[in-house]
Formats: sequence, structure tokens, C-alpha cells
Amino acid sequence: MDPLELVGAEPGPARTILFDGRPVSALPGQTLAAALWADGVVAWRTTRVGGRPRGAFCGIGQCFDCLATVNGRPNQRLCLLTAEHGDAVTTQEGHGHGELDV
Amino acid sequence: MLKRTSYDVVVVGAGVVGAACAYYAARAGLRVAVVDRGPVAGGTTGAGEGNLLVSDKEPGPELDLALLSTTLWRELAEEFGDRVEYEPKGGLVVASAPAGLDALNGFAAKQRTVGVEAVPVAADSLRELEPHLAEGLPGGVLYPQDAQVQPALAAAHLLRASGAERYLGEAVTALRRGPDGAIRGVVTERRELAAPAVVNAAGTWGGAVAELAGVRLPVLPRRGFVLVTEPLPRLVRRKVYAADYVADVASGSADLQSSAVVEGTPAGPVLIGASRERVGFDRTLRPEVLHRLAAQAVALFPVLRTVAVQRAYRGFRPYLPDHLPAIGHDARVPGLYHACGHEGAGIGLAPATGLLIARQLAGEAVEFELAPFRPERFDGTAEGSGSGAE
Amino acid sequence: MVNSTSEQVRYDLAVIGAGPAGLAAADAAAGLGLRVALVDAGAGLGGQYYRHPAPELGAARPDKLHHGWRTFAELRERLAAAPLVDHLAGHHVWAAERGEDWILHATRGPEAADRATVTARCLLLATGAYERQLPFPGWTLPGVVTAGGAQAMLKSGLVLPGRRIVVAGSGPLLLAAASSLAAAGARIPAIVEATAYLGYARGLPVLAGNPAKLAEGAEHAARLLRHGVRLRRRSAVVEAHGTDRITGVTVARLDARWKPVPGTERRIDCDALAVGHGLVPQIDLAVELGADTVTTADGTAALRVDAQQRTSVPGLWAAGETCGVGGADLALAEGVLAAHSVAGKPAPARELTVRRRRRAFAALMAAAHAPGPDWTGWVTDDTDVCRCEEVPARAVREAVTELGAADARTVKLLTRAGMGWCQGRMCGPAVACLSGGPVGRPDSRPLSCPVPLAQLAQRDGTTELSE
Repeated sequence: MDPLELVGAEPGPARTILFDGRPVSALPGQTLAAALWADGVVAWRTTRVGGRPRGAFCGIGQCFDCLATVNGRPNQRLCLLTAEHGDAVTTQEGHGHGELDV
Repeated sequence: MLKRTSYDVVVVGAGVVGAACAYYAARAGLRVAVVDRGPVAGGTTGAGEGNLLVSDKEPGPELDLALLSTTLWRELAEEFGDRVEYEPKGGLVVASAPAGLDALNGFAAKQRTVGVEAVPVAADSLRELEPHLAEGLPGGVLYPQDAQVQPALAAAHLLRASGAERYLGEAVTALRRGPDGAIRGVVTERRELAAPAVVNAAGTWGGAVAELAGVRLPVLPRRGFVLVTEPLPRLVRRKVYAADYVADVASGSADLQSSAVVEGTPAGPVLIGASRERVGFDRTLRPEVLHRLAAQAVALFPVLRTVAVQRAYRGFRPYLPDHLPAIGHDARVPGLYHACGHEGAGIGLAPATGLLIARQLAGEAVEFELAPFRPERFDGTAEGSGSGAE
Repeated sequence: MVNSTSEQVRYDLAVIGAGPAGLAAADAAAGLGLRVALVDAGAGLGGQYYRHPAPELGAARPDKLHHGWRTFAELRERLAAAPLVDHLAGHHVWAAERGEDWILHATRGPEAADRATVTARCLLLATGAYERQLPFPGWTLPGVVTAGGAQAMLKSGLVLPGRRIVVAGSGPLLLAAASSLAAAGARIPAIVEATAYLGYARGLPVLAGNPAKLAEGAEHAARLLRHGVRLRRRSAVVEAHGTDRITGVTVARLDARWKPVPGTERRIDCDALAVGHGLVPQIDLAVELGADTVTTADGTAALRVDAQQRTSVPGLWAAGETCGVGGADLALAEGVLAAHSVAGKPAPARELTVRRRRRAFAALMAAAHAPGPDWTGWVTDDTDVCRCEEVPARAVREAVTELGAADARTVKLLTRAGMGWCQGRMCGPAVACLSGGPVGRPDSRPLSCPVPLAQLAQRDGTTELSE
């Protein structure tokens, strides 16, 4: 049994997103976090202080642990964003605003 | 049953001013207790940005106090180091229009006569100092003496270093006085602390503590909101604000004043202060206030448009009608000292206040003109008359 | 129902939250002739409880992951046909401003791309709850997720965080989550529940009055039994192991005060851990408005409401988990009751009965799963308590012992615990415990979610002032 089988899902054609440049397939309607989980990926940022890996924790937009850079925009919650074809997710380092440093 | 303990002085208030009073009193060799109805930094201190400013003050008693504090903060920073996040980063005041620049330069010239370092900055040099600053601003003034500290940490570390006995979470319910009217100690919800001297460092609630001694001190709250962004790299190096801020600070109007003071913090978030409203202790959030602060911050630093505000907080600055704090012995009640009413400058003015109070407590010479800060100066005025007498 | 916003409309009632309470309230209010805005941060209706696969996933049997799916399907159908209800999807309300009318300030979409305001005469808070977390060493490792989060990702995205998932914490949600995860094909090496479930025995009359809750519990139990899942009671995960991803957990027995019993540790291999300790009412907007709260039996703050679901703030009603966590049936009933109160109509008898019984059950449940006082015994000094700001327990303890902090707020000021992106939602209950101060006090969050500075700089959805 898998989740799709359980609910008798017949999704439309998959979309392709890029995770750090690598193509990952996403079912239509899945969030970016769900697509990455389905691909076995559970971490997509490193923390500001300790540089530790993090991914989705609460799954409902409350904890902000699932932040990553999406199409160049840092600090996006992957558990809320629906995967669209061609979305580029980049592992985010720390605050994600390195380019603003002066 | 009330426990009874003796001290040389009891400080009422565990904010940064109370902590500084305790610190310097202990250094003067006094046995000190600090009482607060809440925790350390539970009032205005915990809601402050940690401004140590000379830039916003015109020549006069408050600036004298600020200049003394600037020196003292440098000494304290050597003792406390990074633990209080002291940053001698300087302030940059920018004019938004050419007329404003003339006024700002005139203001700075007057400040220089009393020892403020104020360096004019030409339009084309502004962005060398602050690369993300908006283009097209006519110029500004750099104030190297302005600095910043994390206020709650500053209060907590000063208090710890004082070695004072802490009685936190205990409200003072009465002040004990002898037959001659002199202070004998304080009564809290849980105990009695005997002491020949009491320092009222209760900030916004300073008026209520004065009332316990039967004297009037018209301390009132002036509300402020601060916006806090998401953590960012250092994109604002100094304290940066528009010249209009000075007029806001000095304004007597009850209406909303706001002019954004923008600054980075060692922890990452950018702080955007500071609105000023006289609305009593009303805590209601006004989106209009947040809007004004945000719009002004974006006008100074357009790059902030791309970041998120993570939180907002509010606090109540304790002010007296003439915008000067009450510092020193109260001539009306032997043994009662006041150190409150610093409005938005309490973090900056705390060390000087603490030092001067400690000198008075220890009976040492005070080589500083305290007359403008006399606590009883409102007697007979509209604000001070009324229920002053017992 | 119209799926859009009209800034010109002055609604009779704005309902924040489209979960069970909000859906029932909007449905009932429309039935009573009120013009309703149903405002929710999510893209679809249902909230967390009725979370379901996106339509594009083509799920033929979404009910397989749900209790009460029929109730939701009926509500959704009725609302779709209700001309008086506007569903304002993707609106995350960051502040409710009180004046002659309520003005809700919202940011829109998962990327918070723009802002909107909603004007209404009355306001109902049906914002539900989020999960309570109690930190332990290793809880920040990837693969450690909340029990509700695992369920939410499964319900909406049809995905699992791993193949071998330990479910741990306390509360009835654990059984529901484990049951769904097992049904979806995950192996569940153990459910680790901190209480002994004996607390329920004290409330037999209450249980007898709530046969549906018993049936739901029995159904989960039967499903878990079928999958060979073992329930380890009076135990907790005291450490998660791994470097870049969880590889296993250490489970220990707890004494009656939730202190781990030395010598009882046992390692269980897994590639994911779903953990949670019950729910915390999401009441930021009301707290900011000064609404009175109560402390529930499990130590969380909930809104105090009267028999008509009115809070202490005039014009502000609350229903469902915001008034104390009690489940979907209670939320549905309170939503209906609140709608009748707003419309000035007498309360329907059926909902009054449901509320009475379910509130009694909720109190029983809260008391049974309240964290024991010694749970902090498993929090080592180097455990990060605050996930966002990476504040270790050592710093929190030093703030208390050295610097004079005695409550969560002061600890936050002195350590940054609770100052990060989530604003203390994940670490707040733990920090309150570690501070030694009061628990169950409402947190203050003047902004109930992050707001892009550019939007704050705009005035009420119009263009920016500056430049």
C-alpha cells in the first residue's frame, strides 16, 4: 500500500521541478515540500548559527523550518507552495539574503 | 509572616536605570537590594531598542547627561563585552530635503560647541557610509558617539554584576517612614526591607512609587511601536534616521509622531522605531502607526521593501512634562531618591543616572549640575499640584 | 459562494478560519440571512482537520484519510451554493482592527504577494490550533516532524516522511496519525505515549456521554492492531539519533511526573519520527485585542467565551479549538452556536447538547494528557530549545539562574528564544516550563504572521506612500 493507492489517486501528468539543479518530479497539486519528500529529500536549508540541515517540520506553515530559496526568492515555505513546472528550489544557507551584505 | 532584612539602599525597579543605580551604588560600597513587581527588564527597558544617542539632543542638561553616559557606557562595555551587545557604531542623521539639511547642520554646529562629535556628510558620501541608503538625499551628519546596546541584556548584566539582592516578582506596597518623615524602608507583598534610602527607578510607574511616599511626580506614558524584520546580513551599519526625528522627540503634541530610526542588530534583524503617541497605557495596535514607520523606513532604505517584518512590539516611555528625567534626592522626603522619567532615552542615560545617584547616596561630591532634574520641580505647576501633600 | 474578495463589501460577519468551526458558522450564518466573508490562509476549504488532496491529484477516495468526510462534503456543497458567502482564500490575517466596524488586515497567498483588507460588522475567530512541542535532544534533525505535520502532508500531498516512522508524544492525535500513516503503507515500529491513558478512567460518565469519541478511538485501535503497531504507554522519546537525518530514537519509561526512569532506555531504528503533545489554541488576534483567556487543564491558553460564544471583546466571537481544544464535532457545534448569536437568534438545542458533552470530554482529555512537571529532565543543556534562533537549553537555564529571568518573556529578551520566524510557536510552551514561570499564559504577537515590509508601507491596499 502507498498513499496514492489508499485514496485511489489518479493524478494528471507529473511536473518537473529543479532541486539544486537536479530534476525532481512533482505530482500536480503537491507542494514543493511534498514533492521533495516523495523524492526522499527531507532537508533543504542550513541554519544561520550552526549550519545544520532542516526541512519540513510542522507541515502547515507555522514553524518556518521548511524555508528555502524558490526561483531566487529566499525564505519561502515549501510546505505551502504548490509545485509548478520549472520551479527552481535552492538549498538556503542561513538567512538567505547573502547578497545584501555590506 | 514578613521577613525583615536591612540594606543601605533599596532600589525600586529592575529596569536598566534601576540596575545602573544598583551597580554604581554597590561599587560605592553600599549594601543594595533591588525590588520589582515583575522580572528584570520587564517594563520599558524590555521594549526599548537600546539607543545610546547624543545626536538627537540639543545642548542642555539632557545632552550633558548623555555625554557623561557615553563615556560610562564605553567603560561598561569593557567590563561586559559582547554579553550586552554593545556596538559603538555611530549614528547617521540624514536630511530629506535641502532646507532640512541647513537646519540639521545648524543643529550640529550648536552640538559641537558642547563636545558632541558631529561630522557633516556630503550627499555623494552618504552611500559610502551606508551603501543601501536611498539615492538623492541631500546630505547628513555623522555622530560617531552614538552607540547601541541590547537593553534587556544590559539591565540583567548590570544587575548581576552589582551583586545586589534581587526581589523580583514582588510589588512594593508601602514605603516605611520614621516619625521625622524620613525613609526607613519598603514593604513588599512578601517581606519588609529596612533601609535609610530608597531609589525610585520604577520608570513609567515612578509616579505611583512617589505617591507611596506622599509626593507627586507626574510621570506619564508615551507609547511607541517598533518593527522587527527577519534576520538579515549587515545591510544597515549604523543608526540611521531622518532629521525629522529630533522634532518628534521634542514635540509636546499628543498626536502621533513617527520618524523611522533604522538599525541593524548583531542578531540579524533590522529594528525600525519609533513612533510616539500619548494615549495612556492603551495597548491597541494601530496599523496606521506600523504603516507610517514602514513607509519611512522604506524611504530611507528601499532594499527593505524585499524583506518581511517578523514582529512588532510596543512599550511605554516614561516622561515628565518638561521632557527631563527626575534624578536625585527628593527634598520633600529625607532618604527618597528618584531616577525615572527618562522617556525614550533611559537606556542611554542609565549609567550617568546611576553614577550620580550613587554619589549622592554615598555622600560624595556630585560634580554635575543636577538642578534641572530636581524631582520636586513640578510642585506648584499645573502638572505637579494637587495631591502632593499628605 | 463567490471565491473572491470585494473590498467595497461591508460584511455582517467575517469568519477567520475555514476549518470545522468556521465552515459550520459560515453555513449557519448564511442560512440566517447574514452576509459572510469566510477568510482563510489556505487555498481551499477545510482547514487542518479536513485537509485533503488537491483536486489535481485525482483522489477517488479522500475519505480513507478522514473521519467525518461526509460532514465536510455536505458543508462544502452547501457553501458553494450559498450566495451570501464569499470565500476569501489565501488571506492570512495579520491584525484585526477594531473601530465602528472590524477591519481585517491580511497578506495574500503563500508568498504573501500582496495585501487586502476586509470590513465586517462582527468577527468570529475560528483559527483552530497548532501542535505543542516539547524539545528533546535531536528533535531538530531532518526526518523529525510533528505528528500533525506528518498527517497534514499525507492528507494533502499523499506523501510520507519515511518508511519506518515512530509516532511519539501524547494525546489522541497520535493514534489518529499513526493509524493514517500505517494505512498509507508506513511501518510504525512503535507509538510512544507519555501518559498511561488512566486519566480517562476517572471520567467514565463523560465517556458514556460521548459514544462517538469512543467509537473513533476504537476504530483507530482496531486499525493499529491490524497493522501490528505497538502502543508503549508512559514512555517518551528522550533522544533522536543521526547526523544529517534521523536514524533511530531512544525511548525511556517515564515516572508519574514524566521523569525518564534510568535504565529503561531502549533504541528503536527508524527513518522518521512524528511527534507532538496535543494542541495549542491559535488565538493571537484575540489576545492582541485584549480578549480574556482561560488556562485549560493541559496548560494552554484558550479564549474565554460565554454561552453564546462571545469573547470579552464586544463584537468578537470565538468557536472551536480557540476556546479550548475539543475536536471537530465540538467545533462544528460551536460554529453554529456562534452564528446564531451573531444573528440574534436563539441557540439550537442539538448544538447546545453536543457542546455540553464534548466540552466535558475535552476537559477530561486535556487533564489526561497534561505534560508531567518533570519532562524537562530529558532536555540536555545542549538541546536547542528554540529551533529558529538555535538557543540551547543551557542559555535558557542561565537566564533563569544567573540573570533573573522568571518567565517566558524575559527568557526571550535575554536569549532570543522565541524571537525567530515562528515567533515562539514551537518553543513557547517549553520555554515557559524551563523559565519556571507561569504556563498557559497567552503569548503576545501583535502581528499574527510575518508581513512584507513593502505591504506595511502601503496604506490599506492602496499604493505606497513614499517616493
